[in-house]
Amino acid sequence: MSNPSMQDPSFLRGVTQRRLGRRDAFRVAGLSAAGLALAACGVKGTGVARPTTSAEARSEVEKYWADKVRNGHIDFANWPLYMDPGHPELKTFTEQTGITVTYKEVIQETTSWFAKIQPQLAAGQSIDYDLMVVTNSIQLTQLIKLGYLVPLDHEKLPNFTKNVGERYKNESFDPGNVYTVPWASGMTGIAYNPKYIDTPPTSYAALWDPKYKGKVGMMADSQEIANFGMFLLGIDPEKSTPADWEKAAAKLREQRDSGIVRKYYDQSYIDPLAKGDIWLCQAWSGDVFQKNLSDGTDLKFVIPEEGATLWTDNFMIPKTAANPVDAITLIDFFYEPTMAASLAEYINYVTPVPAAKDVILDKAAKASGNDKKTLDMIANSPLVFPSPEAYAKLRTYRTLADATEQKQFESVFQPITTS
Amino acid sequence: MRKLRAALTPYALIFPGSVWLAIFFVVPTVVMLSLSLQSGNVSDGFVFTWNWQSYIDGLTNYHDQIVRSLVYGLAATLIQILIGFPVAYWIAFKGGRNKSFYLFLVLLPFLVSFVLRTISWQFLLSDNGMLLGPLKNIGLLPEDFRILATPYAVIGGLAYNFLPFMILPMYVALERIDPRVLEAAQDLYAGKVQTFVRVVLPLSLPGVFAGVLMTFVPASSDYVNASVLGGTKTTMIGNVIQNQYLVTQDYPTAAALSFTLMALLLVGIFSYAKALGTEDVLEVAAR
Repeated sequence: MSNPSMQDPSFLRGVTQRRLGRRDAFRVAGLSAAGLALAACGVKGTGVARPTTSAEARSEVEKYWADKVRNGHIDFANWPLYMDPGHPELKTFTEQTGITVTYKEVIQETTSWFAKIQPQLAAGQSIDYDLMVVTNSIQLTQLIKLGYLVPLDHEKLPNFTKNVGERYKNESFDPGNVYTVPWASGMTGIAYNPKYIDTPPTSYAALWDPKYKGKVGMMADSQEIANFGMFLLGIDPEKSTPADWEKAAAKLREQRDSGIVRKYYDQSYIDPLAKGDIWLCQAWSGDVFQKNLSDGTDLKFVIPEEGATLWTDNFMIPKTAANPVDAITLIDFFYEPTMAASLAEYINYVTPVPAAKDVILDKAAKASGNDKKTLDMIANSPLVFPSPEAYAKLRTYRTLADATEQKQFESVFQPITTS
Repeated sequence: MRKLRAALTPYALIFPGSVWLAIFFVVPTVVMLSLSLQSGNVSDGFVFTWNWQSYIDGLTNYHDQIVRSLVYGLAATLIQILIGFPVAYWIAFKGGRNKSFYLFLVLLPFLVSFVLRTISWQFLLSDNGMLLGPLKNIGLLPEDFRILATPYAVIGGLAYNFLPFMILPMYVALERIDPRVLEAAQDLYAGKVQTFVRVVLPLSLPGVFAGVLMTFVPASSDYVNASVLGGTKTTMIGNVIQNQYLVTQDYPTAAALSFTLMALLLVGIFSYAKALGTEDVLEVAAR
């Protein structure tokens, strides 16, 4: 209001004059209104109890699936690089069933994905996806606890029942596959760049070796670093106690404070590793393989002698899905050994279907030249089909029972990476 | 009737603005304030309990990051003044008829996404990248020298990313200086240096002030630069807040930290305005 002629004196007076009585009244009214607003802002919890008996579980399944029908379409949310870009498996699926699939690589990180869908699920709204793939994690435990997932009807999963590997039937994060079945698993181990490192690291101790000062990359994820700290100390992460966490955290702090760790990475460790910014780091098995394949790098991945973390990315149907029947049909489709094999050939992560190995070996026997070599390599890769001895040394994350335990765990490990 | 209309006009004029502020500022602020005083967790829900503990927890656990953010923000702002002032000065006084073209050049990098620009710094500054690689090869730098994953990289990124917000207000202030004032200074036997120090500089201060406001505030609450260019012990408070919201899902602590940061920034701005002798901060900033 730089032009004085625009100012209306009555307006100015109204704004500038002190009228204490009214102002006081406003202040009181404002305060109480603010107080009401503050109190009304509580965030509702939506927790549900996990069914404890099989009869209870069965009745929940029946209640949910009773009125659901096939609609002929699925919206599928998955992680990047988790399927051949041509989607051959989905094409076969559409040919066989007539169900069309919209496949979107929209999940980048468990935490941010959870943050994105949580408000919608809490409000009972559709998240626009009928099927999604989430890693076993604090967030997955919460999705289950909050009642956001559909209880799976195992009668609709005959291939799964027949073909899934024994060890995937009783995962600590979802015993009996009530809400989830595995899509693929992977290992967290050590990746290194042989250009800078002559002797391959064999133990977690390499990540604590002062000669690699400033050249070690660790992950920002609390569960990932926690497992590494515990493996180093010979603690079984799945059975760890809060006292163990403290011990592991002390080791991790020591690693950070002596300048060995250059940075805690979200997902972006593979480029710095290839460029030589870091020489060795905490890494996921498939990432290393895919980087080598796509960019012709020669990065190496090792499973340390102490064992390694095995995590599982799981299929699940959100409670608000529009096409659950179609979704569960697709889930089961991926448990046909030929499909599981086709998927594993591309993504090179651990497949939950052991029978896929024979399919790939069969294919290799019929193939020749480079194709044969690659197929043989995949069938015999410990990163796709771990041997029973390898499985014996693989551990997943500690499943955190409730909010208090989650908070305790995070308060031990999170300050290490957000220093 | 006309009188009534005239009386209502100002209110009608501020109506859209106040609705905007109410929905996108007042409501979120109240919600956040409320959240910061709640206790609970995501699965059981949060209940309003006047729980001041979140503020105490936030301050005791993260005071390092708060101080660091303010220091980084300040350092970036100083660098921006040092780089930005000569640029703004040159464009305003020596730009001639191409002024708008030069301003366009200043803004040009900002047509690319913020995050992408920051990530491209990763490539430039990589340990064996196009900048450090050759310098190391000819032995000018030791083999283990690095810029990435250090505080310098974060401060540099902050200074780079917010630079136009410093240059533009300074340019506006310098542009507006009446050339006759400079002529008058010369007529009164002021040398070039004296003209600059006693005439140009004081007249440009409101622009510098606005520039500082527009860069220091976003720089000290930024989290992208620290997460892309930083390493260990370069975490800023923005990263902590993001982490508390998305990873730990400790909404009350995140909200409490946001409020603490807001309060600190407001106190800082007002004491800065006081020190500068300006009575109305907002008026100066809006100029």
